[in-house]
Amino acid sequence: MFHRMMNQSAAVVVDRLTVVRGTTTALREVSLALEPATLTGLLGPSGAGKTTLMRAIVGVQRLTSGTVTVLAHPAGAPVLRDRVGYVTQDPSAYADLTVRQNLRYFARVLGAPAADVDRVIGQVELDGQADQVVQTLSGGERSRVSLAAALLGDPQLLVLDEPTVGLDPVLRRDLWALFRSLADTGATLLVSSHVMDEATRCDRLLLLRGGGLLADGTLAELQAQTGQSDPEQVFLHLIDHGIGGAA
Amino acid sequence: MNPRLLLATAGRVLAQLRHDHRTIGLLVGVPTLLMTLLWWIYDGGGVFDQAGPPLLGIFPMVIMFLITSVTMLRERTTGTLERLMTMPIRRADLVLGYAVALGFAALLQTAVVATFSIWALDLQVAGPEWMLLLISVLSAVLGVTMGLAASSLARTEFQAVQFMPALLFPQFLLCGLLVPRDQMPAAAEAISDVLPLSYAVDAVKEVAVAPDPTIWPEVLVIGAFIIGLLALGILSLRRRSA
Repeated sequence: MFHRMMNQSAAVVVDRLTVVRGTTTALREVSLALEPATLTGLLGPSGAGKTTLMRAIVGVQRLTSGTVTVLAHPAGAPVLRDRVGYVTQDPSAYADLTVRQNLRYFARVLGAPAADVDRVIGQVELDGQADQVVQTLSGGERSRVSLAAALLGDPQLLVLDEPTVGLDPVLRRDLWALFRSLADTGATLLVSSHVMDEATRCDRLLLLRGGGLLADGTLAELQAQTGQSDPEQVFLHLIDHGIGGAA
Repeated sequence: MNPRLLLATAGRVLAQLRHDHRTIGLLVGVPTLLMTLLWWIYDGGGVFDQAGPPLLGIFPMVIMFLITSVTMLRERTTGTLERLMTMPIRRADLVLGYAVALGFAALLQTAVVATFSIWALDLQVAGPEWMLLLISVLSAVLGVTMGLAASSLARTEFQAVQFMPALLFPQFLLCGLLVPRDQMPAAAEAISDVLPLSYAVDAVKEVAVAPDPTIWPEVLVIGAFIIGLLALGILSLRRRSA
């Protein structure tokens, strides 16, 4: 198990977090810290507990034991509700409203300035679809509406659950450039992904398997530990052998 | 409670309804058609004047119950509720926003149906017509609040639809429309005493026959049910889930 010193200044501190759902343990004693203004990738096979960990950080997951601290407050505390942006795995927007109507509503709930709506539409490149009803959009466009809503009000922490699924390579590149620029201007980002080449764009990687944190480090560190150079191979090696199984 | 967020939510729900023209048509058209059918099978006249007033409230109540439970369930199942629960909005602002928007829809619906029934179908009541309208609107709002509370019991739209016969049909059978409540078995009458529809039907029957009806006790009870069901709808929303 790879341990990291808990930092007082960390944007997110998860301490021995366990989540049991019915008879299955979704997360087992997970501890980690996210430094401010960094871009962290959350990797792991389906069912590893990525979404549960993200829900715990944004404060909508019931915890079994352990603590989650976000920007020095318990996760989900009322003061955090306009400082944390969350993109759920399935695009969450009202299908029978236009893109702009959706974002205007969420902006009002957040107390974000009205001008934010046009800014985030531009950031996710939906200018041409702004007045289209969400129902008529493609899957990739819908997930960008969901992302745009999370960008409203300039949140300090962004938790994005597979935001680039179903997007073409050009859009994926543009969105990762956006994530990078948000981290460079002070936001902390946690982004889950299935696509291993996206790992190269992260400052740090967390790898979950079966509800446990399997690896935590930079891509270079994980490459050294596994003796693999290709991100895909690093991932598969860790899943198959764990951190101690380095060749 | 934050009135700004409550109104923002109500405006958003109404905007969603506005985009759905067919639903608006059904909302107003179906109860109007049903009242016309009722007038037709009774050939207008005395029996229509007895059966019409209670149904003027019951038809909108059933429709608003269904519309509300499905819209609210959609909020729960499409991820938008989870997103809102991470945002600075109180559960009360969300539920009351829904209640205001759908209550407004219920008001428009009932106004159209009542006006049509009184003027086109010549529905006659002994008491003032505005009282008939008031109780019908309250019945429809009751349907909204029952839908808000019931949507937490359902996990899918398929289940939500089935709560209609489960929760509304017993009230319909016991409300005194088929058998006067004081002629029922004592246990059935006792049950009918704690069901909101019984009070709406009591009040409307009074308006139908009395030139100077007293409906305020019933209106108070219906109001209390509306408030209680709203509280239930608010409390059944959870910020954190398993």
